Amino acid sequence: MLAVLVVTILFTGLAGLLAYSGQRLNIETKPITESINSLLPQTQCGQCGYPGCRPYAEAISKQEADINRCPPGGEETVRSLAELLGLEFKPLDEAHGIAKPPQVAFIDEERCIGCTLCIQACPVDAIIGASRLMHTIITAECTGCELCIPPCPVDCIDLLAIPNTPANWRSPSPEKSAC
Amino acid sequence: MLSLERFFGGLFLDGNKRVSTQTPIRDMPLSQRLMIPLVQRNGLEAHELLPIGSRVLKGTAIGGGSNPMDPWILAPTSGYLKAIEQYTLPHPSGLSGKTWVLEPDGLDEPIHLPALKHYHTLTTEALINRIEQAGITGLGGAAFPTAAKFKSPLNAIDTLIINGAECEPYITCDEALMKERPDLILQGAYIAAHLLKATQCLIALENDKYDAIGAVTTALNAHKNRTIELVKVPSIYPVGGEKQLIKTITGREVPSGGIPADIGILCINVGTCAAIARAVLCGEPLHSRIVTVTGQGVLNPQNVKVHFGTPLADVIAFCGGYTEKATQLILGGPMMGFSVSTDEIPIAHNVNTLLIAGSKEIRDREQPSSPCIRCGDCATVCPMQLTPQQMYWYVKSDQLDRAVDYHLSDCIECGSCDVVCPSHIPLTQFFRSGKTQLKLKEHGLQMAERARLRFEDRQVRLDASEREKAAALLQRKTKLEQGTNPEIQQAIERAKHKRAEKLKQVAPIPPQLNSGSED
Amino acid sequence: MKDYLLILIGTMLVNNLVLVKFLGLCPLMGISRKQETALGMGLATTFVLTLSSVLSYLVNTYILVPLSLGYLKTIVFIVVIAVVVQFTEQVARKTSPLLYQVLGIFLPLITTNCAVLGVALLNVQYQHSFIESFLYGLGAALGFTLVIVLFAGVRERIDASDVPQPFKGNAISLITAGILSLAFMGFQGLVRA
Repeated sequence: MLAVLVVTILFTGLAGLLAYSGQRLNIETKPITESINSLLPQTQCGQCGYPGCRPYAEAISKQEADINRCPPGGEETVRSLAELLGLEFKPLDEAHGIAKPPQVAFIDEERCIGCTLCIQACPVDAIIGASRLMHTIITAECTGCELCIPPCPVDCIDLLAIPNTPANWRSPSPEKSAC
Repeated sequence: MLSLERFFGGLFLDGNKRVSTQTPIRDMPLSQRLMIPLVQRNGLEAHELLPIGSRVLKGTAIGGGSNPMDPWILAPTSGYLKAIEQYTLPHPSGLSGKTWVLEPDGLDEPIHLPALKHYHTLTTEALINRIEQAGITGLGGAAFPTAAKFKSPLNAIDTLIINGAECEPYITCDEALMKERPDLILQGAYIAAHLLKATQCLIALENDKYDAIGAVTTALNAHKNRTIELVKVPSIYPVGGEKQLIKTITGREVPSGGIPADIGILCINVGTCAAIARAVLCGEPLHSRIVTVTGQGVLNPQNVKVHFGTPLADVIAFCGGYTEKATQLILGGPMMGFSVSTDEIPIAHNVNTLLIAGSKEIRDREQPSSPCIRCGDCATVCPMQLTPQQMYWYVKSDQLDRAVDYHLSDCIECGSCDVVCPSHIPLTQFFRSGKTQLKLKEHGLQMAERARLRFEDRQVRLDASEREKAAALLQRKTKLEQGTNPEIQQAIERAKHKRAEKLKQVAPIPPQLNSGSED
Repeated sequence: MKDYLLILIGTMLVNNLVLVKFLGLCPLMGISRKQETALGMGLATTFVLTLSSVLSYLVNTYILVPLSLGYLKTIVFIVVIAVVVQFTEQVARKTSPLLYQVLGIFLPLITTNCAVLGVALLNVQYQHSFIESFLYGLGAALGFTLVIVLFAGVRERIDASDVPQPFKGNAISLITAGILSLAFMGFQGLVRA
């Protein structure tokens, strides 16, 4: 009997202390969503299953989504995220798309009818044009997210791989296997 | 007499220099076609400044970039800009780029740049301007735009070092220049020192280059106000690297990630110095450079003065052509050069040597490597005091962030670690790969940031227009409900008016259908 | 004074909780991939261990023993430890949200770390005084931190190396932990009992 009494008093006391400290410390979690978002490629393509990069970052921070769902980011992004969050690297989840080399969209002006559907679809406003006037893609701003391809009614948008120049040339790594 | 220090690490290498210094520098006649690549220093394409078919003079700007740090691309001689072709670039990637084809007309007519003999009366800005107009870039191998280098130091430069310490084996172009034209180099040094207001000016060369030392000493003695001091540095590779040279001569160390200007020092190559002298004193734009052609694979190894844009094939032919021992063509020296697979490549500002190597002449870079035994020899020789072993492990396992922690960006790619590795691991190649990966990654993050800002701006714009639409709709609705909508009244009036007009037009009945009263 | 130093060094090195007594292996294997997180975990555990060691001693000496409720110590100690861990979690969330995120589930799992309960119970067994309990807890925690950070450093290097396929992952880590344990047993002669 005494035991039960003592234990109850003790535990209640400790719980009270905890509640007090919780209040005093006023927990407001500073989100690490920002840090995660800054590592994502910002194509806003939705291939990860979330409507944009920030929602995906939020999902990762809440541990609702895995870190390997971003094809435009490729393995680099998975590694960066793994490094940031102290997780293990895992290969890209093919279910969300395969990693493609950097690409930009290109409108074939012969076929464009000036419907503005692609302009409305582009998440970074990289297409300029107006209704019944020629549309064209600002190559420097295009992220290759492919969101403009489905809406085009005449299928005049192609994806071109970014050509290799000395500026974006990657010095090859020697053969990794030794002896 | 300056007391010299020893920089950390380094190697004693066989120079193999005598082979190309037996003859004086020969001037190479102009090729039939000069190929001038339209490539900026950062690798991006430069745009052409003139239409195809234009006649240009020596020094006319024919290509320009968007980056103010990039010098204008100048025509090396007078002639006609015949075409733009895709031509292999003098770059380790082996990629081709947009290239001007210049057909010289043999007149070698220069643009008009007046000789500035009394340069000490000119301002620093005027002199830097002249250097920029003359298209001068560093001729030591990195081709950094000299005008930008002189413009950038925010702190005063107290020491100017003229770098004649050509430490890499086989390369002798600087040595040849010092032997034959030390006067030009010294004149350029005086101009640069005046420009930078440097209190001390030193010319450094290796202590085993006796002929060059003799020539420079004689030239120095001829000048009455001897403010340039000759410094003989020990011949340890890579003492010619500016950070190592600075440590040797002054004992000061350039901080990690910094440049010599941060500690008040500037280094320029002897070739660049001579170019400055020509540009200021003679009004001559930079149009050619000295190139060492050497190795067992060429018949007559020598130093040649070559116009920019000359294809390598022509240069090698001028030197007697290939011998049967030729197996590799390397642009640069055996330590830092890169091999190329064709000789249809133009000489550019960064090409200081053509090493046509025989089969066993230089260290085999392709030899199979064994696992790393963690011996640490690489760290013992690294002149930048890095830990190549750790950088290697991290670059290999794709942990670039860790490699950066070990100062991967400070690697000067000298190749010393490759030479000493007992397992023959191509360490420098790993580091180059890591560094380019890093550069691309940073670029990717920058682009992502841009995209993110554009996306957020777009969201703001869309939200604003939604709100406007909703507000306008609300306004119209309330007006309708209140019944005092003048617009609708006006619209009704207009419609009535239009209908009346239309009826008037239709009303006149044609005569034959009129009532038959007027027959 | 010498006794106190003895307890501290002894618990840190000679009788290291992780490598000699084999307590607290779960966080050792789980959190030691990177040195920064390992250090963070070590500091969190130090905080928890020291505080709970002292609190358990106080609760035992002034509440349980006088009321002859000594048999309740296991339950009571567990709850004390749980409270301390919760408190630590709150502090971690406030000061370093990234560390909190990275430690993840391992932070509340300190509650079930047998090292923490082990220290509390051993204090009673060895009949330590207040200072001795404090030092014992501190020493154990520092020893734990030392091992976990060392192990993280080794593991980072293993991650970068060419490990044969059958050994990849936890296999090579456990082998390494065993070798590290052998090394720590070399401290046996440090303190002449």
